[in-house]
Amino acid sequence: MNSSGVLKSSSSELDLDRPNIEDYLPSGAAIQQEPRGKLRLHDLLDISPTLSEAAGAIVDDSFTRCFKSNPPEPWNWNIYLFPLWCFGVLLRYLIVFPTRVLVLTIGWIIFLSSFIPVHFLLKGHDRLRRSIERSLVEMICSFFVASWTGVVRYHGPRPSRRPKQVFVANHTSMIDFIVLEQMTAFAVIMQKHPGWVGLLQSTILESVGCIWFNRSEAKDREIVARKLREHVQGADNNPLLIFPEGTCVNNHYTVMFKKGAFELGCTVCPVAIKYNKIFVDAFWNSRKQSFTKHLLQLMTSWAVVCDVWYLEPQSLKPGETPIEFAERVRDIISTRAGLKKVPWDGYLKYSRPSPKHRERK
Amino acid sequence: MGNTSSMLTQYDIEEVQQHCKHAFTQQEIVSLYQRFCQLDRNNCGFIPSDEFLSIPEFAVNPLSQSLLRMLDGFNFKEFIAFLSAFSPRSTLQHKIEFIFKVYDTDCNGKVSFDDMLTVLRDLTGQYMSEHQRKEVLAQVLEEAGYTKDSFLVLSDFMKILGNSDLKMEAEVPVD
Repeated sequence: MNSSGVLKSSSSELDLDRPNIEDYLPSGAAIQQEPRGKLRLHDLLDISPTLSEAAGAIVDDSFTRCFKSNPPEPWNWNIYLFPLWCFGVLLRYLIVFPTRVLVLTIGWIIFLSSFIPVHFLLKGHDRLRRSIERSLVEMICSFFVASWTGVVRYHGPRPSRRPKQVFVANHTSMIDFIVLEQMTAFAVIMQKHPGWVGLLQSTILESVGCIWFNRSEAKDREIVARKLREHVQGADNNPLLIFPEGTCVNNHYTVMFKKGAFELGCTVCPVAIKYNKIFVDAFWNSRKQSFTKHLLQLMTSWAVVCDVWYLEPQSLKPGETPIEFAERVRDIISTRAGLKKVPWDGYLKYSRPSPKHRERK
Repeated sequence: MGNTSSMLTQYDIEEVQQHCKHAFTQQEIVSLYQRFCQLDRNNCGFIPSDEFLSIPEFAVNPLSQSLLRMLDGFNFKEFIAFLSAFSPRSTLQHKIEFIFKVYDTDCNGKVSFDDMLTVLRDLTGQYMSEHQRKEVLAQVLEEAGYTKDSFLVLSDFMKILGNSDLKMEAEVPVD
């Protein structure tokens, strides 16, 4: 039992210290005639610590900071740099952008003209078809990356194809997947999107073995968990890539990892991705722009620079719960990529904390 | 940064400063204005209470409901006036007035037994039964010289909380 003098402190555990009052109750088991720290009206009425916390949250809170796109410092503000910047804009929009669109179109033509025949003609020879489709997907992703002049540095051993392993990475934008897919064909688990992205998802990504989920469906989680387990067991399936944050975060912080990926009973290989904002901010602020606009923004900037680290595979330690495991892996990824950890659930972006959380506080 | 500070002129800042009795520096007012614009997503000039609930740190605070009651439909001046109680430059009296307002749920200038019980309930939740809460509150009130039926007014609060150093501050990030 902590000392009742603690009631006056500015700790936020004010309510958890309340059990002290039970000592003080006349009907309580232990009737203390003179309790060590007398509970006075003053202590009862002093709600300042809780109020300070609330005001602190109103003024600035760590959750909103995770999703803020920080605009880069403007450097084109003086008379010499401004014309240079204008020239750069013209160059980017009139020369570089059309070239990139051309490159991308060529890439798509090659891809589709090889993918569609292979998909239908080699129906019987699954193994061969799969390996060709895999190389084709890797190729189109390289084309995508080239179309934004992606400068990606890969560190660490390349992922190998083994059963019972899962890859987890921090999530900044949909292009995370493309950057990683360029090196190795992963099977990924994603939110089903509308529009042309959804079309891509259902046709091409299906061939690499992707799994869909829908955030808004409640029963979805069990179905998805089952699909995940089935996938990992299969030796022939592509290694599975999961983004346990569940949502795009602005590459300065990591939010809490969902434990789903860590309960599958396989080794978890962490991958850390850090984008360099020198030319463009790769964070896709899904509240502010659609994916198409985001892609266009990437294609009209000079380059997308990022580092990818493939880190040491981790397994569940004896006596560790999946949640602790998830936190440990999040720690590893955050340290490697230089991100700050934040104790919030990414899904709070879409919904409110339930009254349960408030009660607990 | 960019265009938000250009919407707030020097006159506006000074007016707001006057309104909150110089509790905040001009830099802090600019930062708070950015925060206000961030919360006022639909640009309607005031913050609906929903917005505060979408801040997880605020929503899990035990006193969020009482504070929401006070915070509804705030425009920027009222927002600053509300937060001015949390500035290190505000007086102890101002802070005590704020606490009084949190307790005074029906805004009639008097805090009743039930008002205090409500706040106590928010803070303790399921850790104490209703009966225990009433007991404790009654006991503590008696010791301080009040009864269950007495109403506390602002001067009572000043007397009770006045001679302590109340720590009620929130730091405004200034970039």
